[in-house]
Amino acid sequence: MIPEFEKFKGFKAKNLPKEEPLSSGHRACQGCGEVLALRMVMKALGKDVIVCNATGCMEIITSPYPHTAWKVPWIHIAFENSASVASGVEAARKVLARKGKIPKKHVDILAVGGDGATGDIGLQFISGAMERGHDFLYVCLDNEAYMNTGVQRSGCTPYGAMTTTSPPGKKSFGQVTWKKNVPAIMVAHNIPYVATASPAYFLDLMNKVKKAALVKGPAYVHIYSPCPTGWGSAGERSIEISRLAVETKVFPLYEVIEGRYIISRKITKPKPVTEYLKGQRRFRHLDEDHIEYIQRRVDAEYEKLLRLSEMA
Amino acid sequence: MANSDAIVGWKTITFGCHILEPGNAANFRTGDWRSQRPVVDKEKCIKCGMCWVFCPDMAYSQDEDGYFVVNLEYCKGCGICAHECPKDAITMVPEEG
Amino acid sequence: MSKRVGIEVSIAISEAVGLAKAEVIPAYPITPQTHIVEHLSEMVANGELDAEFVPVESEHAAMSCCCGAVAAGARVFSSTSSQGLSLMSEILYIPSTMRLPMVVVVANRALSAPISIWNDHQDIMIQRDIGWIQTFAENGQEAVDLTLHAFRVSEDRNVSLPMMVNIDGFTLSHVIEPIELPDQEEVDKYLPPFKPRYKMDPRRPISMGPVGIPEVYTEAKVAHDMAMKKAKRYILKAWNEFAEIFGRKYDPVASYRTEDAEVLLVTMGSISETAMTAVDTMRDAGQKVGLLKIRLWRPFPGQEFRKAVGKTKVLAVIDRCLPPGALCGPVGAELRSLFYKIPGSPKIFSFVAGLGGRDVTVERFEEIVDKARAYAKKRPRELYEVIGVREK
Ligand SMILES: Cc1ncc(C[n+]2csc(CCOP(=O)(O)OP(=O)(O)O)c2C)c(N)n1
Ligand code: SF4
Ligand code: SF4
Ligand code: SF4
Ligand SMILES: [Mg+2]
Repeated sequence: MIPEFEKFKGFKAKNLPKEEPLSSGHRACQGCGEVLALRMVMKALGKDVIVCNATGCMEIITSPYPHTAWKVPWIHIAFENSASVASGVEAARKVLARKGKIPKKHVDILAVGGDGATGDIGLQFISGAMERGHDFLYVCLDNEAYMNTGVQRSGCTPYGAMTTTSPPGKKSFGQVTWKKNVPAIMVAHNIPYVATASPAYFLDLMNKVKKAALVKGPAYVHIYSPCPTGWGSAGERSIEISRLAVETKVFPLYEVIEGRYIISRKITKPKPVTEYLKGQRRFRHLDEDHIEYIQRRVDAEYEKLLRLSEMA
Repeated sequence: MANSDAIVGWKTITFGCHILEPGNAANFRTGDWRSQRPVVDKEKCIKCGMCWVFCPDMAYSQDEDGYFVVNLEYCKGCGICAHECPKDAITMVPEEG
Repeated sequence: MSKRVGIEVSIAISEAVGLAKAEVIPAYPITPQTHIVEHLSEMVANGELDAEFVPVESEHAAMSCCCGAVAAGARVFSSTSSQGLSLMSEILYIPSTMRLPMVVVVANRALSAPISIWNDHQDIMIQRDIGWIQTFAENGQEAVDLTLHAFRVSEDRNVSLPMMVNIDGFTLSHVIEPIELPDQEEVDKYLPPFKPRYKMDPRRPISMGPVGIPEVYTEAKVAHDMAMKKAKRYILKAWNEFAEIFGRKYDPVASYRTEDAEVLLVTMGSISETAMTAVDTMRDAGQKVGLLKIRLWRPFPGQEFRKAVGKTKVLAVIDRCLPPGALCGPVGAELRSLFYKIPGSPKIFSFVAGLGGRDVTVERFEEIVDKARAYAKKRPRELYEVIGVREK
């Protein structure tokens, strides 16, 4: 067990922190699930944190000069390298604390990026930082495409989804590959804590982020983040869609603590994937065969996860 | 994104282009993006706070009586709060004009 | 007391970084920079230097890590070369406009293709416009001195810009030279502790690296350009103070036997040493030839350079970089624009030499001077030529 977790009682609906380290006035689209997830992450972390943000929607909408939505120290250098920037912050604070140049008090270091920044262009940088064992947490806000540049496909775009670079056409049905399993790649680094989370289950999300911050060494949280603009879904449905993704087993919630898989929310009576797919324009073109394939694959992936969780 | 606050000269722009005032995005009102506004029916409200939890724009705050009130300076009118309210206490009403 | 030792230049540079008490050293190995970072990592491992050596997985990560570390308030050093410098390139432009001071030593090396580990200046010349202060060392002593100078200038609160010290790969990095290593007390006197203008601190949160909308982008870039221009004053000041403490005086442009010269060679880096021998040989033969060595490349010391040229009518500029399809080498181009339409300005001939480790011998310098003289008589063609290339 991880000793740091013992003291942590968990957030409760009744005692949620009132503090908002991220301020109103940011430029996210109406109903943006990514900024909502980010808000929850920041609420869980509080104000003793340094944020290293990758280029992407969240960076753009929170920092058009001269306005910042950040009430905590925040730095943006480039798209792919937030984990390396965080490594530098961590190394600096380590040596400065040792030399008595800064207070010894612990400050969390958060690196945050979208699915593109995390699973594609930044994978090597995150891998390096994880492998070196820096004490930081990495949060991936997964809206399943490159939204900031106009909805292009990423490795995390789900099978069949329409994006501007995976358009359905006479010879194509949208994204042809299955979603890359980035959390599994993180697990392969033997880091102490990996988790998936969803803003629909906000207490679960906040608790996981807090645990990721508490744990000594690198930790990773992969958060499902609905994007009404890129998905062609109604802004008001962002939380509903997040909940459906879990209830249909499309996006299962789990933790991997020191290599052990623990399912956070077992889905015993799953809803059919059609419930999830409908109402999202990115899936509208899919025919029955594709949907059937998605259902089968979702079931199979969930089985794999179950088996992993059964290994002691 | 033209913005009169951003009119700075090279001599007056902040050092390294850093933003020195934390959270000053609050000076930027996003309320005028809205085409509909949430209206809370206090009769139905059970003060559960879900509207506050799920607002992407941190537009809600709790008043002295424990009710959650919207700050229309920031509410973008997405409708998540109304959609998620367990008591259907919130109605989205179109903005005039 | 400082001590004079026979030491490999790379090792001497790492000793200087140790004397400067660098705190975070993110680095990735590449020939011919390796000895510098290996020795630093050894110093950290042995507890001789209280620093974090971050063995990153690429140069891109090294530079990114440097940015994070400076922004968090640490004194930062790194070193790279060639392909590694190119891989950093995307990030290099960022700390300079963000005014994050740090020191990077570049062991200059050719760029692929074909892959070559040997020395020239192509790696740094394509990074000319990154907005870093850039100096070039001529010998081992200078490499050590410029490294200390770089920390001092870069961190000066009036400057606060990243700084790059260029040393020629192998011809400098791997040679053993007698070098005077300053002692800690002297270095401490020269280099005060790093006090950044701004840093990331939860007690005083700021946002670094925001979006520059069109209303502010130009102003941000001009502010950077102005900071570079203003930096020259502090670069010179730090050299003067260096002379006071350590007894060695440096100038942005160094002159060698330029009195009454008809032709001036212009060089950068370690080939200046051979160029001096060549000048001596030619002077002995009665030729009026001198040499100008550019030590400060960015910000370009235009005023000092014009003054150093004096009344000389012919410049033979040696570039260790071949920009395909260009009108001449980058140093040549810089000087042509410096003198453009100035009445009585010299004719500037641009020669490319010493690519990918090819020696530039005394005879080559003589050939260059001869060619410059001959072309100066024809008018008004401005020659651009690659020296010592075989046709068949
Ligand atoms: C090296 C580099 N390549 C490409 C880009 C362009 N770019 C900026 S953000 C972005 C997509 C971001 O996607 P993601 O990380 O998923 O974040 P999102 O915007 O979806 O939140 C791209 C492609 C860039 N800034 N830098
Ligand atoms: S494009 Fe999507 S992720 Fe980006 S701000 Fe808009 S809703 Fe949010
Ligand atoms: S979600 Fe509905 S019931 Fe709950 S506090 Fe808000 S308005 Fe009241
Ligand atoms: S409509 Fe959207 S932005 Fe407005 S208060 Fe409700 S959740 Fe917040
Ligand atoms: Mg994305």
